[in-house]
Amino acid sequence: MGAPAQPSTGTSKASRDSFGEAILRLGETHPELVVLDADLSESTRSGKFAKKFPQRFFQMGIAEANMLGAAAGLALSGKVPFCCSFAAFITGRFDQIRMSVCYSAANVRIVGSHAGVGIGEDGYSQQGLEDIALMRTLPTMAVIQPGDDLETDGAVEYLMTHKGPAFLRTTRQKLDRINKDGYKFEFGKGTTIVDGNDLTIVGSGGTIGPAVKAAELLAKDGIHARVINIHTIKPIDAQLLAKAAKETKRILTVEDHQITGGLGGAVAEAVSELEPVRIKRHGIPDVFGESGTPEALYQHFKLDAAGIAEVARKFVG
Amino acid sequence: MLDKSTIDSLRKRSFDLRIDNLTAIATAGNGHPGGTLSVMDILQTLYFAEMKHRPTEPHWPGRDRLVLSKGHAVPALYAVLANAGYFSRDLLPTLRRLGSPLQGHPANFMLPGIEASTGSLGQGTSVAIGMALASKLEGDKFRVYSIIGDGESEEGQIWEAAMAAPKYKLDNLVLILDHNKGQIDGFVKDVMDLDPIADKWRAFNWHVISIDGHDYQQIGAAFDEARATKGKPTFILADTVKGKGVSFMEGKIGWHGMAPNKEQLEQAVAELRAAKEKV
Repeated sequence: MGAPAQPSTGTSKASRDSFGEAILRLGETHPELVVLDADLSESTRSGKFAKKFPQRFFQMGIAEANMLGAAAGLALSGKVPFCCSFAAFITGRFDQIRMSVCYSAANVRIVGSHAGVGIGEDGYSQQGLEDIALMRTLPTMAVIQPGDDLETDGAVEYLMTHKGPAFLRTTRQKLDRINKDGYKFEFGKGTTIVDGNDLTIVGSGGTIGPAVKAAELLAKDGIHARVINIHTIKPIDAQLLAKAAKETKRILTVEDHQITGGLGGAVAEAVSELEPVRIKRHGIPDVFGESGTPEALYQHFKLDAAGIAEVARKFVG
Repeated sequence: MLDKSTIDSLRKRSFDLRIDNLTAIATAGNGHPGGTLSVMDILQTLYFAEMKHRPTEPHWPGRDRLVLSKGHAVPALYAVLANAGYFSRDLLPTLRRLGSPLQGHPANFMLPGIEASTGSLGQGTSVAIGMALASKLEGDKFRVYSIIGDGESEEGQIWEAAMAAPKYKLDNLVLILDHNKGQIDGFVKDVMDLDPIADKWRAFNWHVISIDGHDYQQIGAAFDEARATKGKPTFILADTVKGKGVSFMEGKIGWHGMAPNKEQLEQAVAELRAAKEKV
């Protein structure tokens, strides 16, 4: 492992924006791409697609259950539907996702935007905080949470050919670019963003940028953290994580999601079976989110660089 | 309009299908006789006189589609599909057995001919809407049918679907209510009254047709009327009898979810055979 991969530019973009641009781009070359939204097309960023491809955009109103069923029907008829709403709302229609989508083998792409406390002021009811846990339990469902613009674009492009249902989790807040130019999205593969052997920090989506910065803070204290980015939470890259467990002895997972059943759960399940080491699950600690600026909330829940570094120091010490 | 010979053959087949259906349920030892018998005449009219489909090419893209939203009635559909040539009738007695593609509720990826997995009520019509939207994108390539039950109509998602289909002017979509007036816990009017049903669907801007769901002439005419209706989806309120065709099951709530035992099956089969002789 060489030097840490440095971001190629100072690019910073919300993954919902990257998603909106990706479907706009792919819509040109993929007539099978269709999009559904439930009165949140401005927020989920499906709106530009709606304007450019009105025949292939379905405004389903505030009726997510019906939207998911309709997406399944479109998928079963050969379309590739991206079905969009807030992560909290759309995964709340679990029964429809379970039966009409997964159990019907429908290639629906469920796009849950507004992941985590990172959305800020709207508060808990709008914050997707249990969605990964819900989606992860469903047979055949893939779970993807991109960490920057390049990953989001790559993930959406990949999803045009993926077989089976998938959940794509996007953020409202901007994400600093963590990947280099020429990045290629590889489904199911984690990537080592920073090398180190004192502990491993695993981040995903909104937390991977802060995790990289936390590693820089820790390095100043002589703690060399490895930082692994997991964009595919299911199926998870168990081999990469097991290797990190063996080499660094400690794993800290950092997520903008409940610590139950999310990234931390997925990592703990994989590592405990292959290479058991101490694991600290850091995220929303089984409490409700609340209102506040995104920055204040990340500070409050210790999901910013300083907070992650503090948790890591305690974990190592 | 269905001609006399078509109606005669539907009528004759109806007894065989009911026997296949009840035999499979009795062999399984559990299932839902009441709702399978109420929907049978509608189902077989779809597959033997209405839909364009190819039993030996079940994934033919141009086929019309049925989503049986009231998934617990799937033994009736299995009987129809087997008799239409989708799979061998020998499979019917494997209903609900471990390893059988004939799951207790329909699983599309396990059995060609089943368009969508259903069983959790209220969802199938939304899936049918998605199929109808896809058909519209491809120049009205195929028609889509969905069958729901009375009790199922208590689900909120039904009314989300009721709003959506007229918005998209899905005149290639036909929704049929198997109005047998019963559900597990009792009569629909006592559990959660749906009346006035036709008015509700009319208010949601559907073309509404009321028929006797056991009269082939009326079933066929309703499908014709649906095809001639442009710019809106059709809702067929099919008045049916729970347990239709078996004297001791007709109108009895208890037969919603209970399999006949050996003697009861024998009696039912004897009744159905005798009725077929009379046709």
